[in-house]
Amino acid sequence: MANIIAHQKSSPQIDHESDSAQQYLTFQLGGELFALDILHVKEILEYGHVTPVPMTPTFIRGVINLRGAVVPVIDLHARFGRGLAEVTRRSCIVIVEVQHEEERHDIGVTVDAVNEVVELPPAEIEPAPAFGAKIRTDFIAGMGKLDGRFVILLDLAKVLSVDEMALLAEMGQGDHGNGE
Amino acid sequence: MNLDQALPVFIEEGRALLQEMEEGLLGLEQTPDDPDILNAIFRAAHTIKGSAGLFGLDGIVSFTHVVENVLDRMRAGEILTQPDLTNLLLQSCDEISVLIDAAAAGSESDVDPTSNGVGLLHRLRAYLETSDASSDAGHLPAKAPPPVEVCGEAAVSGDCWRIVVDFGENVLRNGFDPASFIRYLCNLGEIVHLATKTERLPPAELMDPESCYLGFEIDFRSAADKQTIENVFEFVREDCHIRITPPPAFAEVAIERIEALKAEADKVGEILIEADAVTPREIEEALALQNEIDARTQRHPPMGEILVQEGMLQQPVVEAALEKQKKIRDAKIGESRFIRVDSGKLDQLINQVGELVIAGATASLLAQRTNDSELQEALSTILRLVEEVRGGALQLRMVQIGETFNRFNRIVRDVSKELGKDIELQISGAETELDKTVVEKIGDPLTHLVRNAIDHGIESTDRRVAAGKPAKGTVRLNAYHESSSIVIEVTDDGGGLNRDKILSKAIERGLVNAGQNLSEQEIYNLIFEPGFSTADTISNLSGRGVGMDVVRRNIEALRGMVEINSRQGQGSTVRIRLPLTLAIIDGFLVSVAGCSYVIPLEVVSECVELDEREQRHGCYVNLRGEVLPILNLREHFKIHGQTSRRQNIVVTHFGGQKAGLLVDELMGEFQTVIKPLGKLFGKVRGVSGFTILGSGEVALILDVLSLIQYAAGLEAQKAA
Repeated sequence: MANIIAHQKSSPQIDHESDSAQQYLTFQLGGELFALDILHVKEILEYGHVTPVPMTPTFIRGVINLRGAVVPVIDLHARFGRGLAEVTRRSCIVIVEVQHEEERHDIGVTVDAVNEVVELPPAEIEPAPAFGAKIRTDFIAGMGKLDGRFVILLDLAKVLSVDEMALLAEMGQGDHGNGE
Repeated sequence: MNLDQALPVFIEEGRALLQEMEEGLLGLEQTPDDPDILNAIFRAAHTIKGSAGLFGLDGIVSFTHVVENVLDRMRAGEILTQPDLTNLLLQSCDEISVLIDAAAAGSESDVDPTSNGVGLLHRLRAYLETSDASSDAGHLPAKAPPPVEVCGEAAVSGDCWRIVVDFGENVLRNGFDPASFIRYLCNLGEIVHLATKTERLPPAELMDPESCYLGFEIDFRSAADKQTIENVFEFVREDCHIRITPPPAFAEVAIERIEALKAEADKVGEILIEADAVTPREIEEALALQNEIDARTQRHPPMGEILVQEGMLQQPVVEAALEKQKKIRDAKIGESRFIRVDSGKLDQLINQVGELVIAGATASLLAQRTNDSELQEALSTILRLVEEVRGGALQLRMVQIGETFNRFNRIVRDVSKELGKDIELQISGAETELDKTVVEKIGDPLTHLVRNAIDHGIESTDRRVAAGKPAKGTVRLNAYHESSSIVIEVTDDGGGLNRDKILSKAIERGLVNAGQNLSEQEIYNLIFEPGFSTADTISNLSGRGVGMDVVRRNIEALRGMVEINSRQGQGSTVRIRLPLTLAIIDGFLVSVAGCSYVIPLEVVSECVELDEREQRHGCYVNLRGEVLPILNLREHFKIHGQTSRRQNIVVTHFGGQKAGLLVDELMGEFQTVIKPLGKLFGKVRGVSGFTILGSGEVALILDVLSLIQYAAGLEAQKAA
């Protein structure tokens, strides 16, 4: 797991010294509330037909056709080591953009339901706890305070590290997303 | 300039030209006065004379000069071909041959005509003189040069212009004094040498005292340019024959000027004028001559040839101009034939066309539901056009491999020279097309392989001769398409690989066990193992292990394969098989548990239904008496879901092997646009790409070869 340490610097949210609030997309996954920096989000699709790719880790659900481009779809639930998410009527695929080696890649992530776009001023963001969040700490960019609850802000560059996922795909093993 | 090195070339060339002359003369006996043959003979004689002049072989020049004159008259139809003349000319050829041999023998001093040659000259001159219709000509001293006034030093130094001027008969009548022009010439420079030409002087009784019969050959040293010198004779130009040959030194200047020229002109004449190598008048004259020759002989001699023949220019200058002409033309062609396009734009176009295809397929599906035949017809026309557009768009990214191959001419030349080997590069299949990105990445591994073939493959000349092979080694580059991949072969006819040495080395390095039973092929392919590329190996193992693992890595990074075949004493062939990453391939669509897969059509040989009664214990079936191994895609891909009632076997073939793929449904042929796997799936075995079906679904394109290999590997692991 040497290359879990991605080349990306620590997440932009925390770097922001300014008081201007950042926008986040919040979504449900396995009963928990997560949030993504809205700047990463390209579009939200209804969960449709995903073509499975054999001999890849379980967290790679497969690929979809996004207007002529083939886009991989990652099951976030499985990526967090919690098994495949169940597909329901409210399931969505969020298309996000990640940077990898100077190139932008579109990747789809499955979520149980998309909630809303919220604004979080930097003051409302706490650093990630050392443990207890039940997902790998390097996946967490911070904990946002929203209506008296905590929402986990994801560090997409880590969660969707192309290098790490490609390595796992090559090994053809499924359950390494779990960390320790 | 060191002429000594060039002399052998002249001798060789001279002999070849003499051969041509002889053949021509023999041909004349069959078809007398054939203008083509006459021209060919004349040109040969002329070239011999010209080249001999360069080397200062005056004996050859003076002799050939007479022969050339006779031939010229024959060309003009003034002397008719007759058997004894042909004979005489053949003898003259022999004489020239003797003279050339004498030159070859190395006497730098003048090669003088033999006594036989002098006799021949007499007889040749007789022809010239009879054709002059002068009865008394025979009385003229037969031996050149005639006793005329010669002033200045005889030797012509390299920096002199040579001006040959034949004043017209009417010059004196028109009130010009030929001598005055020559005097005026002295204002521009120095007359180094002047010879009066008297051959036009008629016998005394026919001479008209008011006519001018004289001509002059002047060697003139001057810094003036050609135009200025020519202008001296401006007033008499109309009825004079003037030739101004620039000095050799000038030729170099002219060549430089031609090369530096930024001309738009693509005619040799225009280039030469722009470089001040010739004057417009000379070109006009040459053009007139060209037309004349064209009319007379139906032959269209190139402008350059005429200019040289007429002594207006030296050959190298013309060659430089021709070179320039070619470059300018190439540049023009290049400009008009190619447009540089950002490859990103191309990709975008291809993507959009791909979407168009899918949208078209969706529309067509909808149209079929409406039962509106006109709509369906219109849509099918659109779809056909879209297919064509897609084909065209994909073709844009494909380039021929020839350009990459041609680079190796230079490499082979340089490396073989460095190693002192005589090696020829043969190229075939240069028109084979493959994706631009692949072409870019294949260059390095190929260079490595070609260098290896030259360095270690091909033996030294001595060893080749000892082995009874031609002294010249051959390296061959070949490319062709085979079952959805492109195959590039690097073949040498060298010593081949030493099987035993490879094996012992491999055992020593622990790559294989001593007891292991390996096929010939497997042993050869050991050289691609990383352990083999150490300095130690190169010296011990008749070469070859040099960085072959790097070659293999590079090729595998392109999802390709490399293998080597070798026969002791006969050479080796390295075969690279690369996928066409972006191409239209014809695919065969199958489905397993509702998921679609595309198998490249080229590897599909037939489909059979699985006979349920033939329950398989192992993974093989009986295909008309043959054992056909079967790969169950459902099991292999760990796809869950209902097994369909009927199952089919797609029989595939690759590289001489056969294997069956067990699938649920056969859905038929399908034209496939390959979408690359991308970073995330780049290493997934058995899949070579994605494609998008008419329904908008993504399907996987199977890489049958690696799929089977992977499956076989897994099985071997389990068994072990």
